Amino acid sequence: MTPHATPVGGRLWTPSVQLLSGILGISLIVMLWRFVFGLGATTALNDGYPLGLWIAFDVVTGTALACGGYGVAILVYVLNKGRYHPMVRPALLTSALGYTLAAIGVNLDLGRWYLVWKVPLYFWHWNFNSALLEVALCIMAYMVVLWIELSPAFFEKFQDSPIEPLRRVSRAALPILEKASLWIIALGLLLPTMHQSSLGTLMLLAGARLHPLWNTPILPLLFLISCVSMGYAMVVFESAFSSIAFKRTPEIKMLAGLAGAMVPILYVFAVLRFADLAWRGRLGLLFAGDGRSVLAALEFVLFLAPTVMLASRARRHDLGNLVRAAMVMMFAGALYRFDTYLVAFTPGAHWSYFPSVQEILVTLGLVSVELMAYILIVKTFPILAGHPAAAERQAV
Amino acid sequence: MGISRRAALQGMVLGGASVAGAATASAAERPEPPSDAVGLLYDTTLCIGCKTCVVACQDANGLPRDPAGIDAKYDAPVDLSAKTKNVIKLYVEGGKRSFVKVQCMHCVDPACTSACMLGALQKREHGIVSYDPALCVGCRYCEVACPYNVPRFEFAKATPKIVKCELCRTRLAEGREPACSEVCPRKAVIFGKRSDLLKEAKRRLAASPGKYVPKVFGETDGGGTQVLYLSHVPFEKLGFPTLGDESTPSMLRSLQHSVYRGFAAPAALYAVLGMVMLRNRRAGPGGEP
Repeated sequence: MTPHATPVGGRLWTPSVQLLSGILGISLIVMLWRFVFGLGATTALNDGYPLGLWIAFDVVTGTALACGGYGVAILVYVLNKGRYHPMVRPALLTSALGYTLAAIGVNLDLGRWYLVWKVPLYFWHWNFNSALLEVALCIMAYMVVLWIELSPAFFEKFQDSPIEPLRRVSRAALPILEKASLWIIALGLLLPTMHQSSLGTLMLLAGARLHPLWNTPILPLLFLISCVSMGYAMVVFESAFSSIAFKRTPEIKMLAGLAGAMVPILYVFAVLRFADLAWRGRLGLLFAGDGRSVLAALEFVLFLAPTVMLASRARRHDLGNLVRAAMVMMFAGALYRFDTYLVAFTPGAHWSYFPSVQEILVTLGLVSVELMAYILIVKTFPILAGHPAAAERQAV
Repeated sequence: MGISRRAALQGMVLGGASVAGAATASAAERPEPPSDAVGLLYDTTLCIGCKTCVVACQDANGLPRDPAGIDAKYDAPVDLSAKTKNVIKLYVEGGKRSFVKVQCMHCVDPACTSACMLGALQKREHGIVSYDPALCVGCRYCEVACPYNVPRFEFAKATPKIVKCELCRTRLAEGREPACSEVCPRKAVIFGKRSDLLKEAKRRLAASPGKYVPKVFGETDGGGTQVLYLSHVPFEKLGFPTLGDESTPSMLRSLQHSVYRGFAAPAALYAVLGMVMLRNRRAGPGGEP
């Protein structure tokens, strides 16, 4: 599918991988602690704020940052921009890892995680009014779809494996995947459209307890748009990271093109959000001067800043500037999601929540696993296209 | 960047369609209470705050005592919790005071049951919002959804459950009324069919004009509840939220059903995506100048 993709190669047990596994080790201890002693012993969650960092970051923000696969697939397969094809595999890898880690995060958060298998299997109990059920089923399905979409990268490696059965399976699987790819990819576009918007619908059920600055019927649409901007930003960031970490020529032209695509998406988000506040007569709340109004205003600044940073052609071709803009964009979307899930939720003045050290350690552990898996997989399997840069061009 | 504009446009068309759909489908199903709906009627002017109902609730539900105070020797739960399904609170402001009983409101169209993935929380016999732990994965979305902040979670346990009033449904099955209403010495809380309780509440309002805030809380609030309240102080002072006549789940159903009705929209989107890609594949990868 991507003939130019090659494994990066090189040593696997590098200092960065060692550091990441150290963080993971600490996090695993905390996870064990959580399973033995429960959520109360390890988290700051309470009956007022029943959802915390693990949901707001690992799941709601994590899956949006993992929408690069979705965003790039729209470009390449729907809008038929074939020149972005080399970005598909790395984007799919970050997406597959992001969704897998989100699924693990959910299971840490679920109080009765040992019954989670009933959610996909007990179909006769499915409550179709539950936005959460839709999110849960879609995320599970999409995680599988992502790994299937990515599987040719593994089979391409294994088709020359010295292990006979592995070689045979790989050689049999590749043509089947090639034939089915279109309908799998279509599923890979449908599922995120559904569950990323439903992540917005989800908080609408809080009704009057969701602050009016965030409470709008277009919340699903805003979540969908922001996941695309976050996904693209992640692709840019990941590509820049790979070019520096693995000393490869940065795909500047492609990244610049992607950056150009992000500008109108950011505009649409900001304009829709602003128009919606105006339409519902809530613009005044934006200037109320309290903490929530400051955060909402900051969202606007963060969503619009990259449109300035990426305004000119020259600046879109400046890798450093691209990375900075991508980081602002990721932060903008993350803040919007944190705000919607934690800040906008108003259970009453006597409730408060700030993540515990254990919650933060677990989240750090999940991020470490993701980074580590990314590094190890691109070194071993054909994910990244392009070639190592000449020595004098390594510095960015 | 032609691509970007088109992408943005497509997104807007998709989203716009869903919002427009929501508007046309605004005549959503607004559930009525079931014909055999039962509930409670609580009257602030009758309650003396003896908290007999709190203890009776603990006993009937096998809940532990919930001591508070300086030496923690007084059984005095201060709020609903994983140990307390029913609590009496006191509101004091100036010369005005009122007790208020807090437990599950047993909504006509509950947000918690709408949130619940597998229907662990569900309106079962008599419209009682009941809990089946075998179907609960502990996601706590019900806690986010409930406008009254009623469901509580056993955060302290490694195998936790949701804790909330189920209107003593096991006692009802034995032909007995809920523990709280049974023991109330002043009949400040009474049990009965919702329709009868509503009639009784309106009779009291009519019989003593000026005694009460002229409203039965729960008649229509948030789509109505099966637990009804009469109060001599404004309801918001007692901690009740101000809710419209349409429940949040009902409003959301119109939003969701307009997009997902019969799964037609996702299926259509899937087909369109597939066809577009098929066409693209045949046309060969397009480049940009």
